[in-house]
Amino acid sequence: MSKDDDRRTLLEKVMKEHDYQEGALLEILHKAQELYGYLSKDLLMELSGSLNLPPSHVFGVATFYSYFKFKPLGEHLVTSCLGTACYVRGVEEIILAIEHEFKFKRGESTADGKLSLFVTRCIGACAMAPNIIIDGEVIGKSTKEGILEHIRHLIGGAKPETS
Amino acid sequence: MPNLKLADIQKIAEQEVDFQRAYQHRINVCCSSACVHLGALKVLKAFEDAIKEFKVERQCKVARTGCVGTCSVGPVVIIDTIGRARPHLYQNVTPEKVRKIVQDQIVLGLPAEEMLYKNEAFFKKQHRLVLRNVGKIDPSRIQDYIAMGGYSAIVKCLATMTPQGVIYEVINSGLRGRGGAGFPTGQKWSMVARTHDSPKYIVANLDEGDPGVFANRTLAEADPHAILEGMLIAAYAVGAEKGYIYARAEYPLAIETLQRALAQARAMSLTGGNILETPFKFDIELRFGAGAFVAGEETAILASVEGRRAMPRPRPPYPANSGLWGKPTLIQNVETLANIPIIVQNGGAWFSKIGTPKCTGTKCFSITGKINNPGLIEVPMGTTLREVVFEIGGGVPDGKAFKAVLVGGPSGGCLPENLLDLPIDYDSLTKVGAIMGSGGIVVLDDKSCMVDTAKFFTDFCVDESCGRCTPCRAGLVKAKEIYERIIEGDGKMEDMTTLEKAGAYIREASLCGLGQTAPNPVLTTLRYFRDEYVEHIEGKVCRAGKCFKKEKEVQA
Repeated sequence: MSKDDDRRTLLEKVMKEHDYQEGALLEILHKAQELYGYLSKDLLMELSGSLNLPPSHVFGVATFYSYFKFKPLGEHLVTSCLGTACYVRGVEEIILAIEHEFKFKRGESTADGKLSLFVTRCIGACAMAPNIIIDGEVIGKSTKEGILEHIRHLIGGAKPETS
Repeated sequence: MPNLKLADIQKIAEQEVDFQRAYQHRINVCCSSACVHLGALKVLKAFEDAIKEFKVERQCKVARTGCVGTCSVGPVVIIDTIGRARPHLYQNVTPEKVRKIVQDQIVLGLPAEEMLYKNEAFFKKQHRLVLRNVGKIDPSRIQDYIAMGGYSAIVKCLATMTPQGVIYEVINSGLRGRGGAGFPTGQKWSMVARTHDSPKYIVANLDEGDPGVFANRTLAEADPHAILEGMLIAAYAVGAEKGYIYARAEYPLAIETLQRALAQARAMSLTGGNILETPFKFDIELRFGAGAFVAGEETAILASVEGRRAMPRPRPPYPANSGLWGKPTLIQNVETLANIPIIVQNGGAWFSKIGTPKCTGTKCFSITGKINNPGLIEVPMGTTLREVVFEIGGGVPDGKAFKAVLVGGPSGGCLPENLLDLPIDYDSLTKVGAIMGSGGIVVLDDKSCMVDTAKFFTDFCVDESCGRCTPCRAGLVKAKEIYERIIEGDGKMEDMTTLEKAGAYIREASLCGLGQTAPNPVLTTLRYFRDEYVEHIEGKVCRAGKCFKKEKEVQA
């Protein structure tokens, strides 16, 4: 069985658990994103068929929530917290520096597909502000230099000495 | 496990207390999000190894615990010793320091002074009701919660109280909703109880969307069963059969903790049918948000639980009459729910003596920004902002001057120094243009520009407006454009009047809490920091040095 079939089976199982109910749409979208990394147009069309909901409803719900992504992610994922505490402690400068050095904008991936940058509204680790999450690891009290160095190492393939 | 009966809860509590007393020291390692990011799990492992190395396993129990609130000095470890009134709190613990702590405190009986958290002021003015179990129990063990008297309130309800009796106590307590609006909880409960339609639902709101706020997350990570017990009692009182906890997807640890707690409660027949061998039945399910600030609004959260876009709708009908799938629904913030067990235990009259007469009990606040002791606190209602910022929070770091405090999240108000003696309660805050919100306090120093701050929050509200009401959808975008002009040096004096007018319209003509409060940062900064606007517009100067910069200048 291919990887894709596996994922489809898992997703089908979740839909069945929820009895293909309209009310479980968010749960199913969460599962789909967890399995595939993002929600492609084809996938959303398929879900719309399975759940017997108009595509406009499925697309409407999915795009309403900022948690869902519609483009494939880069190899490495940098998420910057843009909550109030992180903003007050200067996270915007770090984001601008990342955009400047790697020549892309938040919400996008670099041309070589190595890096994606997202901003999120508050991960709730405000006492450690500013927070940057690199590949799932939260780096609190981060500095511009530290983060840039970390990302350079990641992209270069080498593991940074300290984080 | 056989089905438990009412009396069994008491037995479990007694057994657990005996079990815990067998250990002289309990080493509680904070394993909530902030400390885990700082390496708490390695510290936990190091303690387990160290007590083996020193052969003190029989005197010591190493456990995980929830956040005590001192998040800036994590990982934090609390060592509770039998016979000592107050536990020792260690800060910035690393695996390397663990051996010395065990050797000094456990083996030699002398705490490692240099590593202790010594800031008495942080805890002195706090009063912990909601956070009663943090730092004391292991949130992953239901027995720990029961040993602290947990689930005895639902037993009391089922064994000795009528649903009306429970509602009477809640009304008597004066408890008001902690989600921000401050609606009297008991009154809401009677509304739902009075409707005859069925089934009835309960929705616990854990969609803490305010940036800069993490009080609900900490509660869910530290004491999940307090939320579940609050829901059970509410269900018993209003006659609900099914409950949903709507949690932010951005809080993985809180979700994991709640999932585990739910499974434990189910296994002990504390949820489901015939709870504790009584006719009472109630089921709880978790639902996940997906990053929409507006979903915290009570009619929007209903739409989201139903799997739709989280868009608010007009009220009436109120959710108490027509909520989830058109059925009567009680919506409460998780902090409100966590207050319920202690109200039932100690009585409404007892609770009503805490705080102020019109605003009883306590409130949890996340204090962050430019402050020496950022973290999570719980203070009685009526505590002043000055006490919170300067005594508990320790004031502004690096010798900088205090400039403003933002109370109530992105749609709260920015208050200046001369309003710091304001007591914190729903009505006083509303009077000066701020809101209680879900309990966010962000301190700004003189490096923050108030125009830029107002713009930041306006941007946030533009992103998060659901688009239903034109004043909110279009008005906020207009406000944002004006701010962009001002900080680029093209502001006009009449912009201030336009902002004020737009703010008033948005506030008056929007359906939900988001639109009604979104202009607060604009209006309060105009009211209290007008001179900064004038400086920006007339002199093209930003005293904080934030504005009038082109992007090109900000580089690595």
